[in-house]
Amino acid sequence: MGKTTTSAAISSGIAMRGHKTAVIDFDIGLRNLDIIMNCERRVVYDFVNVINGEAKLRQALIKDKRAENLYILPASQTRDKDALTIDGVERVLKELADDGFEYIICDSPAGIEHGAFMAMYFADMAIVVANPEVSSVRDSDRILGILQSKSRRAEQGERVEECLLLTRYNPERVEKGEMLGVKDVEEILATKLLGVIPESETVLKASNQGIPVIHDTESPAGQAYSDAVARILGEEVEHRFMSVEQKGLFQRLFRRSA
Amino acid sequence: MPRLKPTASDNQVTTATFRLKGGLFPLTLLEISRFDAVDFEQQLRDKAAAAPGFFKQTPVVLSFDDFVGDLDTLPLADILAICRSQGLLPVALRSGVESLAQQAQVLSLAIMPATRVKPAPEPLVETEPSAATKASTAEISQDEPAAPASVQLELSPSSHIEINRNPSKIITTPIRSGQQVYAPGGDLIIMAAVSAGAEVLADGNIHVYGALRGRALAGVKGDLSARIFCQSLEAELVSIAGTFKVDEDLRNEHWKTAVQIGRDEQSLCITPLV
Repeated sequence: MGKTTTSAAISSGIAMRGHKTAVIDFDIGLRNLDIIMNCERRVVYDFVNVINGEAKLRQALIKDKRAENLYILPASQTRDKDALTIDGVERVLKELADDGFEYIICDSPAGIEHGAFMAMYFADMAIVVANPEVSSVRDSDRILGILQSKSRRAEQGERVEECLLLTRYNPERVEKGEMLGVKDVEEILATKLLGVIPESETVLKASNQGIPVIHDTESPAGQAYSDAVARILGEEVEHRFMSVEQKGLFQRLFRRSA
Repeated sequence: MPRLKPTASDNQVTTATFRLKGGLFPLTLLEISRFDAVDFEQQLRDKAAAAPGFFKQTPVVLSFDDFVGDLDTLPLADILAICRSQGLLPVALRSGVESLAQQAQVLSLAIMPATRVKPAPEPLVETEPSAATKASTAEISQDEPAAPASVQLELSPSSHIEINRNPSKIITTPIRSGQQVYAPGGDLIIMAAVSAGAEVLADGNIHVYGALRGRALAGVKGDLSARIFCQSLEAELVSIAGTFKVDEDLRNEHWKTAVQIGRDEQSLCITPLV
């Protein structure tokens, strides 16, 4: 669906704008973030080690090579999701906040199991990543419901700020009726749209090379992520990449630059 | 107290010798809290002396809701006799006690159900205002020993059952897939959409000020008069008191329009909200 790609891109984007940022992989047992961030060979200690007190947070945090203010806390590949406890996660998050981290991005695993619950429980803001297809939108709706009823903020009677990021969007296919349009998704989910990331080969290429797509400032996907980051930081940026004409323009640009 | 009497001069020509009509008559409640024959008669006499106009064949309802003492051994016949001697005409008894009810039957007194606890009872609205009831209201409101009780004399068998209703539940956020919201004893008002895969239930009506895409079940305790209102009908299922329609039956001219859904005999009827 693009959760890890999005976590990598958004955390890089925020860090590139000068905010001290940490990104935590909550997908214990199926870790991927380190690969997308190209730091898998530098993993010594992981999130579960820190929770279990086997390593200090400082030892486990990996400094990103591209974005100066970005640190990665990788998941453990050899444990399962039950290794995460509410107290342990809270302790780590608190330690990060005390250490001067302004933004902490929690990369949630798929599904509505324990791992996803741990990733969302302490959230102040949630970015729900959805693809423009009915099943994905339905799942997002379910997650939004859980977010507003089971998170700590919900328990305290507050709301988690929620927003929607639509990835793998293809305006041409929307026009042909093969994909749900932004309007349809917005109407079904009734939540704020953070951005639309156009379907693009560069996303896959960036993942395989271990460079978060946001670093590719030429690609529409990279630009769309930059816009989303700006919106997270409170800027008003007009939505792009939602209609066919613009896509055509970028395709032409691409052909020239490629 | 003036009565409605059919007379020969009545314009209404009818073969029936009578007809039954409901009417609202204000009646005075005589709340007896303690009974001692001597004291009771003396106090009633004093009252009659103070307001002689009132004690002239005035119908009263006896109430023992606040009575201190043993109601089982209460000499109801004596009380009636004393009241009548002072110009009051007890017509009914209000009490839930069985022994009193038996005595009342012997003495040809009507029985009213015991008081229900109601928040700030409002005067009942007159459906058929007549000169007769108006005059009697004016007469009684002066020099009155007890608070006037509005008694509804309804002769047709009443189908209305009073249900203790809870206040409506109001939800302002969308109801998401997988969520379930139930409003026990009252209405459910949702000021957002109900997503596919969500379920909303109420003992009363359901109002959705948004699209209804999930399941909505109104009158789940069997209230046939419950209804569902929504801004856009796209539901997976709608049900009123157990009678339901699913998505497939709903995809007609009302699909994606603002409608209300009510129950008509055995089936659901959907009508547009204009």
